[in-house]
Amino acid sequence: MKIRSMLATAGLLLAALAAPALASESEVALKTAEWSFDGPFGTYDAAQIRRGFQVYKDVCAACHSLKYVSYRNLSGPQGPFHTPADPKLGEDAVKALIDGIEVPDLDDAGEPITRQARLSDPFRSPFANEKAARAANNGANPPDLSVMVKARAGGADYLYSILTGYEEAPGDVVMQPGMSYNRFFAGHQIGMPQPIVSDDQVTYTEPGAPKASVDQMARDVTAFLAWASEPHMEERKRMGLSVLLFLAFLAALLYLSYQRIWADVEH
Amino acid sequence: MSGGHSTYTPTNGFTKWLDSRLPLIRVMNDNVTNFPTPKNLNYWYTFGAILTFCLAVQLVTGIVLAMHYVASADKAFASIEYIMRDVNYGWLIRYVHMNGASMFFLAVYVHMFRGLYYGSYKAPREILWILGVIIYFLMMATAFLGYTLPWGQMSFWGATVITNFFSAFDQVIPGLGSGVLEWLRGDFAVDDAAVKRFFALHYLLPFVIAGVVFLHIWALHVPGNNNPTGIDVKGPQDTVPFHPYYTVKDGFATAIFMMLFAVFVFYAPNYLGHPDNYVEANPLVTPAHIVPEWYFLPFYAILRAVPDKLTGVLLMFGAIGVLFFVPWLDWSKVRSASYRPVFRQFFVLFVIACLALGWAGAQPAEGAALLIAQVGTFYYFIFFIFIMPVVGLWETPRKLPESIAKAVLAKNGHAAVQPAQ
Ligand code: HEC
Ligand code: HEM
Repeated sequence: MKIRSMLATAGLLLAALAAPALASESEVALKTAEWSFDGPFGTYDAAQIRRGFQVYKDVCAACHSLKYVSYRNLSGPQGPFHTPADPKLGEDAVKALIDGIEVPDLDDAGEPITRQARLSDPFRSPFANEKAARAANNGANPPDLSVMVKARAGGADYLYSILTGYEEAPGDVVMQPGMSYNRFFAGHQIGMPQPIVSDDQVTYTEPGAPKASVDQMARDVTAFLAWASEPHMEERKRMGLSVLLFLAFLAALLYLSYQRIWADVEH
Repeated sequence: MSGGHSTYTPTNGFTKWLDSRLPLIRVMNDNVTNFPTPKNLNYWYTFGAILTFCLAVQLVTGIVLAMHYVASADKAFASIEYIMRDVNYGWLIRYVHMNGASMFFLAVYVHMFRGLYYGSYKAPREILWILGVIIYFLMMATAFLGYTLPWGQMSFWGATVITNFFSAFDQVIPGLGSGVLEWLRGDFAVDDAAVKRFFALHYLLPFVIAGVVFLHIWALHVPGNNNPTGIDVKGPQDTVPFHPYYTVKDGFATAIFMMLFAVFVFYAPNYLGHPDNYVEANPLVTPAHIVPEWYFLPFYAILRAVPDKLTGVLLMFGAIGVLFFVPWLDWSKVRSASYRPVFRQFFVLFVIACLALGWAGAQPAEGAALLIAQVGTFYYFIFFIFIMPVVGLWETPRKLPESIAKAVLAKNGHAAVQPAQ
């Protein structure tokens, strides 16, 4: 009785204090999708993330960096190309995919050169610096996407909405030069031209891959970026379950001891 | 430490030898193992142990984070991502530390409301209470400093807004506020110098807190615990030894608390945070709404409740400052609100006012939210400076039990013949 009221109060206190601070700030209700990684038992769909990587590589990488993620993460233990039985297979698959990506480096004489990207390299950034990025994008800066899914209220739903939210501007809206109308972007004028425009813009090569519709590609690249933002999510949820089971067992033992120890005391 | 006399007798040669040189075992025995504790403490009294647990968690995870964190405006954000991705279990350590701060505040708020409800601040526990308020103040400073370290947008803008408070003192002496501001930041703006000093202080303050906690527990052990009846312990029939009676009860409560903690860490690690803090600090882009962490929201609401900046700052600090005087603001002869029917109602209103202020703090300061912030601020202060003294004088308390032992018997008598609880 006492415990229950105590816990209820604690819960209420938290909910009351936390919820309003986190209320979404977007003006339009986001599109929602069902993500394989939702919920306490959700996991990443490796095939989907592999397709999403392809969309990123073929489309987004022209403008957006992903600088906190390295190619080795793709084939590493948390990655979508990981092959637990023989890690070499996954590494070779990633090497084949990044074949032809050139990254800047220095040669032995200290002269700047470019060379083939290695697994140990971070994802190649398309622009040398912010000024170059803005110059190429009408003054807008394409943000780094490494933690994008955690950096927007609404997370994956927000990204998916933005990617599929391009529309003809309503008649009464005056568009700034070089801007596109997006239903879900704050202020509706976005400096990113619609990146995923037509079906089969990216060719999905894996056997069993779904049709590369605009909607499918938007979902896939969003799932890839969700993984990039939180590569340890599966491990985290798995560990959480063990921790909670252990704590429940510990609490039960302590409760029984408590009953036993206090049995002879009027309190 | 204890005010009472010792119950320890060394039994063998070594313990006798040790006892006459460094009476470590005696101090532990008298202050932990055998410390006489009222036998009617409820679960609200387990939060002291829970707080000790929280402090230990923050210290341990904080020290590990400091081994990988880089305190510089250029590298701080990247070093956090390095911890999250590449350091072994770095994500776990960081999520525990991040959510640990929230859990710490959740526990301290319960602990403080408990103290207010049972009149634990009254004689002879004034110093105990004041040390608690000092701990709370240090906790707020530590949390504020820590929140700037990841160098996200909220880190930067939060630090900018909060340090800007001091510029309000330009209204008192021109130049005073901006001078203090520049001295605090070590620059004209929050930048590299600020990150470095904030990190140094964020590492230091928890150890200061640990020191004050030691004094806090010392000050607890001289008069001993208060209890839900608020009446003094009359003799051994009212108490049980701390161990094993309260070690097991505190242990159980802590395990339950850890489960709540684990739910946040493993299943909603960013729920209590703000998405903007995953965007690297950028002095050229102001976020749409700058909101502090949830545990500061009531004070943020008080700050913005009045249009004048200096008044707002003074009210906000006053809201913490007034807590120092609580032992002398309450003029009731009775400690526990359980026996004070009128005060009890005002206390419930006070809790509601604090929650409402927290809600208002998260909204833009306009319309209904502003009105609620103003009413809440008014009640917050009136509660301490008017209701506490006046109700204490005027109210007729309910009849107090003769002793803790009698109160327990009476309570269990009503519940027929049943095992305790
Ligand atoms: C032609 C260059 C270009 C391409 C290709 C591109 N983007 Fe962008 N993107 C931008 C620019 C520029 C912005 C900044 C827009 C602004 O701030 O108005 C941006 C912004 C974004 C944002 C942030 C929106 C916000 O809330 O601030 C996301 C998310 C995003 N892009 C995702 C993607 C994804 C996913 C792809 C690939 C499918 C992609 N972009 C392809 C140029 C591009
Ligand atoms: C780091 C933070 C803190 C720690 C580790 C801590 C620890 C403790 C412990 C172990 C106890 C004894 C057990 C209990 O009664 O729950 C205690 C009691 C107490 N604490 Fe704290 N405390 C902290 C902060 C505070 C704060 C912020 C306040 C109030 C402003 C406060 C006020 C009190 C009071 C009044 C008591 C005596 C309670 C009673 O006997 O009725 N404490 N504290």
